[in-house]
Amino acid sequence: MIPVLKPLLALAFTLSFTLPARAEIEIQQVETPAGFKAWLVEEPSIPFTALELRFRGGAALDLPGKRGATNLMVALLEEGAGDLDSRGFAEATESLAAQFRYDAGQDAIGVSARFLTENREAAVDLLRQSLIAPRFDQDALDRVRAQVLSGIRSDAKDPDAIADATFDALVFGDHPYGSDLSGTEDSVTALTREDIVAAHQAGMTRDRVVIAAAGDITAEELSTLIDGLLSDLPDSTQDLPEDVAVETTAGVTVVPFETPQSVAVFGQRGLARDDPDFFAAYVMNTILGAGGFEARLMQEVREKRGLTYGVYSYLLPMDHAALYMGRVASANDRIAEAVAVIRDEWAKLAEAGVTQAELDQAKTYLTGAYPLRFDGNGPIAQILAGMQMDGLTPDYVTDRNAMVEAVTLEDVKRVAADLLDPEALRVVVVGQPEGFEDADTATP
Amino acid sequence: MRSLAAVIALAAFGAGSAAAQEVEEKVTTFALDNGMEVVVVEDHRAPVVVHMVWYKAGSADETAGSSGVAHFLEHLLFKGTDTLEPGEFSRVVAENGGTDNAFTSLDQTAYHQRVAADRLGLMMQMEADRMVNLQLTEADILTERDVIIEERNMRVENDPGALMREQMTAALYLNHRYGVPVIGWPEEMSTLGLDDALAYYERFYAPNNAILIVAGDVTADEVRDLAEQHYGPLPANPDLPAERMRPQEPPQLAERRLVMTDPRVAQPYVMRRYLAPEREPGAQEQAAALTLLAEVLGGGQTSVLNRALQFDQQKAIYVSAFYDGTAYDDGSFGFAVVPAPGVTLAEAEAALDAELAEFMTEGVDPAQLDRIKFQLRAQRIYAQDDVSDIAQRYGNALTSGLTVADVQAWPDALQAVTGEDITAAARAVLDRRRSVTGWLTAEAPTKEVSQ
Repeated sequence: MIPVLKPLLALAFTLSFTLPARAEIEIQQVETPAGFKAWLVEEPSIPFTALELRFRGGAALDLPGKRGATNLMVALLEEGAGDLDSRGFAEATESLAAQFRYDAGQDAIGVSARFLTENREAAVDLLRQSLIAPRFDQDALDRVRAQVLSGIRSDAKDPDAIADATFDALVFGDHPYGSDLSGTEDSVTALTREDIVAAHQAGMTRDRVVIAAAGDITAEELSTLIDGLLSDLPDSTQDLPEDVAVETTAGVTVVPFETPQSVAVFGQRGLARDDPDFFAAYVMNTILGAGGFEARLMQEVREKRGLTYGVYSYLLPMDHAALYMGRVASANDRIAEAVAVIRDEWAKLAEAGVTQAELDQAKTYLTGAYPLRFDGNGPIAQILAGMQMDGLTPDYVTDRNAMVEAVTLEDVKRVAADLLDPEALRVVVVGQPEGFEDADTATP
Repeated sequence: MRSLAAVIALAAFGAGSAAAQEVEEKVTTFALDNGMEVVVVEDHRAPVVVHMVWYKAGSADETAGSSGVAHFLEHLLFKGTDTLEPGEFSRVVAENGGTDNAFTSLDQTAYHQRVAADRLGLMMQMEADRMVNLQLTEADILTERDVIIEERNMRVENDPGALMREQMTAALYLNHRYGVPVIGWPEEMSTLGLDDALAYYERFYAPNNAILIVAGDVTADEVRDLAEQHYGPLPANPDLPAERMRPQEPPQLAERRLVMTDPRVAQPYVMRRYLAPEREPGAQEQAAALTLLAEVLGGGQTSVLNRALQFDQQKAIYVSAFYDGTAYDDGSFGFAVVPAPGVTLAEAEAALDAELAEFMTEGVDPAQLDRIKFQLRAQRIYAQDDVSDIAQRYGNALTSGLTVADVQAWPDALQAVTGEDITAAARAVLDRRRSVTGWLTAEAPTKEVSQ
């Protein structure tokens, strides 16, 4: 099928926004003849296009007993398609200097493509083959499976990965979120070509795709491109996973592992992205533990006490659950103190909220930093895809800073009291930590 | 579905097409009277600037016994000056919606902020201030020393692969300071004091040893005015050595081999590194050939080593070749091979060497070379999208002994490399006498070592 021959009926309308600090982002909403919707920022000064696709569902669609199928399938998309075997596909990609990246996430499969204007059609045709007609040849499957298994074995001896896996299993149990999307040695070893084909049919579906582009392409050109690229994908037949509640208890779980520095992850329930209090929580976390040196956790754990190189916390709203998470690493004989300081900060913020000065400072940072994100075709395409995944509309770009400004001291105080729960803060420590009196023990 | 003929035609189109340098980087360079060099990279698509100050001083410029002091000082530069309180620098950046950080490497130390373009003057004012007015207390020193020790724990001590790479680097250099880790040896880090940090600061932090790079939504004239206002008044350091003092490598006559055993190793691998020449000002040909050699041998699925070891012989699950020619003194060319299940490290290493030997006689596949060169030209287009990458490229080169002219000549130097140049470079550099081979394993491979 060659959709290019269809009459071109692209609907495009443009919303123009002026960001503070005078960035102007024009988001065009494109609806294609085949019914796909895409967001576009046209920017012709550099002759290439950045295209971002997201397929909702992701590795959480893995069927029982088939953990790792989506991940392995996604890794195989560039390992042969149509008439091209693995090597042929790689040579063709190199010949066009196109860049394709395929990623499996818990909630979505991501495809990032960059291609030159001068050979756009050929590059998109090649990308199409990998999405529509991947071969999943047995030799490629076995070769890539060996790479995935090597990664699984490495994770089993990596303190960071052990900490994440232990926390997820504690909180989510048998839900797909409870295990790493790579799967286990057993589950991946048992995957067949049929499992991979099934994961492809289930995971890459035309009714669950989100599309964003930025760069040297018009709305009409993008419309044609999308219909050619995606029209032959199947519709979804598999339901998305169930939502799952996060219930944690206070305490420390130690995973004994011989290494000089303990790694700790800590967390409790979080807030959904569409929760009315999400912005207040986001501002609150900027003050408590997001990245910068000014955050309370960084000040207390690193700047004042020198207990770590890095400590941070973050809201993690996923499609079917929401967490509030953080991370720190300290020498085995200092990790208990670091965790105690974090606990105190958690409780202090829940009880007393933040100061007006802290709130003002966080708002100035967040509103000032926002327009700086839109600084290239690649970042813009990713932001547009992320906004659609979050269910936002294009005018969010102009409204967002006002929503940050609208957060009051009282909002933060209320959300801190509601959300931060020292009685639910679970800490998983991997290493040979000293000084945890009543810790549970888990095996890696 | 596309026919094979179409693919061949498409490949020919790709290789023959002259994409590339239609889009030129808009770069302006000049110097202030006090010797500070300035590079401006214009990109007016978004109202953002990246402001960087790079010092031509890194860990390889430290005095013996104080390893890690360059990096330690980099941390301490956030501690305050005559007019800024500890932490105030980063707080002001954040209050202006910006982000800031710094890094230390073998040949350079750099401080950078990313902010709205209209805040550039403020960034310069603060960066100029801490170039000369640093104020440190003993308490700052002790707390921050704990932080860098935890940083070493995180980056190195908790990672057996990082520990092996550190041991290999120490073995690769018989005399040069590149053999000492940037973060420092643990025993020396724990004794670093205020005197060590201040001695390094006073020796190297001065406008005549610094490069200012501003990239983004700004014009060269605006940068010149602001730079003259903020950096212009700073005095040059008259005692700055005319040349960087670097002990050079003696002739390397014997290959070195090491086995690193650590129970935390899940996936054994073998790594080889050869001493290799770096890009020389005005003479980048050999470095260009080595850059392409790394691509030909290990760059992606179609590379020589991947085809042979991963696809044909199935002895490896991962192979790479690496070379970074941007350094002040000799760098290294290297390989890593992760063996397939059931393949020993000895077998993996033997397969690597057999393939390298065959490459020396077979030479370079012209079609592969064409694909690589086309990708390098396309990379120039993609690179325009990220102005901080361009800034990084200039900063790295100019603190590694290269000039702006060298940076701008580099793409053409890469395009000029022939297949013969590549094999000649391989013959010159891939000499085991000037190499280190490391095996990383969970258990001591006694049988393999005795082979």
